[in-house]
Amino acid sequence: MSDIAIKFENISKQYRLGKIGTGTLSHDLKRWWTVNVRGKEDPYIKIGSVNDRSIRAESEYVWALKDINLEVKQGEVLGIIGKNGAGKSTLLKLLSRVTTPTTGRILSKGRIASLLEVGTGFHPEMTGRENIYMNGSIMGMTKAEITRKFDEIVDFAGVAKYIDTPVKRFSSGMTVRLGFAIAAHLEPEILVVDEVLAVGDAEFQQKAIGKMQDVSQSGGRTVLFVSHNMSSLKSLCKKGIILKNGTISYSGDISSAVTLYLQNETTNALNYINNIAYQASYIRLKTITINNKQAGSVKFKDHKNIIEIEIDGELFIETKMAFELRLLDKLNMPLAFYSPGHFYGKAKDFNVGDFHVEEKIFLPEEINRGTYKLDLFLTLPGSTYHVSIKDIYIDIEGFPTKTGWVFDYEKGAGFILIK
Amino acid sequence: MTPPEDWTLIIEPKGKLLSLNLKEIWRYKDLLEMYIKRDIVTFYKQTILGPLWFFIQPIFTTIVFMFVFGGLAGIPTDGIPQALFYLSGITLWNYFSETLTKTSDTFLQNQAIFGKVYFPRLIAPLSITLTGLVKMFIQFSLFGIVYIWFVIKGIDVRPNSYALLFPVLLFILANLSLGFGIIISSMTTKYRDLKFLITFAIQLWMYATPVIYPLSVMKGSYEKYMWLIQANPITAVMETFKYGFLGQGSFTWLSLGYSLLFSIVILFFGIILFNKIERSVMDVI
Repeated sequence: MSDIAIKFENISKQYRLGKIGTGTLSHDLKRWWTVNVRGKEDPYIKIGSVNDRSIRAESEYVWALKDINLEVKQGEVLGIIGKNGAGKSTLLKLLSRVTTPTTGRILSKGRIASLLEVGTGFHPEMTGRENIYMNGSIMGMTKAEITRKFDEIVDFAGVAKYIDTPVKRFSSGMTVRLGFAIAAHLEPEILVVDEVLAVGDAEFQQKAIGKMQDVSQSGGRTVLFVSHNMSSLKSLCKKGIILKNGTISYSGDISSAVTLYLQNETTNALNYINNIAYQASYIRLKTITINNKQAGSVKFKDHKNIIEIEIDGELFIETKMAFELRLLDKLNMPLAFYSPGHFYGKAKDFNVGDFHVEEKIFLPEEINRGTYKLDLFLTLPGSTYHVSIKDIYIDIEGFPTKTGWVFDYEKGAGFILIK
Repeated sequence: MTPPEDWTLIIEPKGKLLSLNLKEIWRYKDLLEMYIKRDIVTFYKQTILGPLWFFIQPIFTTIVFMFVFGGLAGIPTDGIPQALFYLSGITLWNYFSETLTKTSDTFLQNQAIFGKVYFPRLIAPLSITLTGLVKMFIQFSLFGIVYIWFVIKGIDVRPNSYALLFPVLLFILANLSLGFGIIISSMTTKYRDLKFLITFAIQLWMYATPVIYPLSVMKGSYEKYMWLIQANPITAVMETFKYGFLGQGSFTWLSLGYSLLFSIVILFFGIILFNKIERSVMDVI
């Protein structure tokens, strides 16, 4: 007996694009006829485009996952990294048996509990207590098991006071805590976690990560963890895989996986307009131009770190707006903040209709070499955000010292070289 | 290939054709219990009349039936008091039709939860069927009260030992509603056309069942359509019930046996289809 807990053998998953309607019936019949009556191989299993959401598919079928071979050892915490749509969730869905693979098979040892989304099956009208029983049994626990763990779950979730209150009166954070607490106390041999830590306060996130480490180290249980939060991946996992367009593009230790992933992700392939994270209903941006470009990686040359930003858009109300910029590193650690609105205490008035915002920002010359991120905002200083634009990657070439050295942010030199 | 190891779970593209999966359902019996409890408790939460709502609907339907079918249309009731006749029909029919309507919507209703976590999908329609049964028993007590009232009043109702077949009748109704329900829900995942048909088909089905008329009247007026009514597996259920509790009706062992067999076959077929569909359903729904 080997110590492998989960084994994926040639796993592929095909999805069909487009709508299901009148036309699909004849298509289905044709497919059924070829396979079941004439006994031929399914003609559609061969075709199918690579899973890349930004390119228009040529075929009606798309491979969400293609030829995944993967072994996860018992007690291992595996981090799964990938862009939206790379196939992470599909992989976990297959594992938690929500859907079946198109080809290949998955072998596993022991009970699998998935935390694809926390609070699954919570009934808003039922109390916390009733929901613990309900949710626990959905995950496959027996009543006796839940009763035995009940106090521990309540304690871990920190909701003792509300335990006899309907869940609809819970805050969303409390719901998540309760959901996670139930799953974490399930004692499954394999725990599948997908982005749950995004909600919940810092204290709880710490607690949850601790619990997961606990489960894997002392309990010898296997954890599969999908997250976009690189620092929690790094602190929790030992191994990591990168999924790209439905295939495993890297498999190895987590810190190289994170580094590799961030390197490859730091080109802004899409137009900056796609980076809008929030936009109020009364405003619509049309173009975002950074250093005369509307897409691509922003590079600074000759250590002149000047950012010229132009934003064009339309306002449907009359308001005041000021520009704000934040500079972060790739792991979302904030490094610098630029806000003339606050600094000078002024915000410009804008009328209804088209508007144009132009800003020229002189960053210090002595920024160390590295890839950074820009977050841009239009705000009403001190009160609200009109628009936020996130994760625009910039490459800074670094400041050459007299000795000819250029220092790197990531190699420990930090953000700025002090004169 | 893999060396022989003690894998506890193998996930493959296709399942076995004939798998009833009953062992797994047994393992999840606590979940089934939770579901039933949840559905009954949450039924009347935040209502003023609470559990009374279980009675209001059959009472009013019976009164309306007494006016329309008994009064206006003048359909005889085999000498059974109208209230008892309609109430017995409505209680049984409501159980069947409500369970069928709800189970036929299994996948669509539960897609949020089915999309996130695995448990034997059959638990969901099974719990609906059993919840309906609990509700049916509550409503049956209403029938009991009216029944006793008529007995005290000295009206001639002749219960006999055939009333003991009641559990069998419920078993048939449960099988039929669950069986048809999961067949329909399996067939409506990809193409929803059938969903439009079902509510309206159930309505028509009631008229092909001796709910508002006794079988003897049908025999007298529409002899040539009798085969249709006889083929209807619920006919025997209704007639046996009325025969056992009220002493009137056309009961034969043959028709009851036919209904029982029919219901088991439908349920068996339904479970096989359902288990086949449940594996891929989340991709097409």
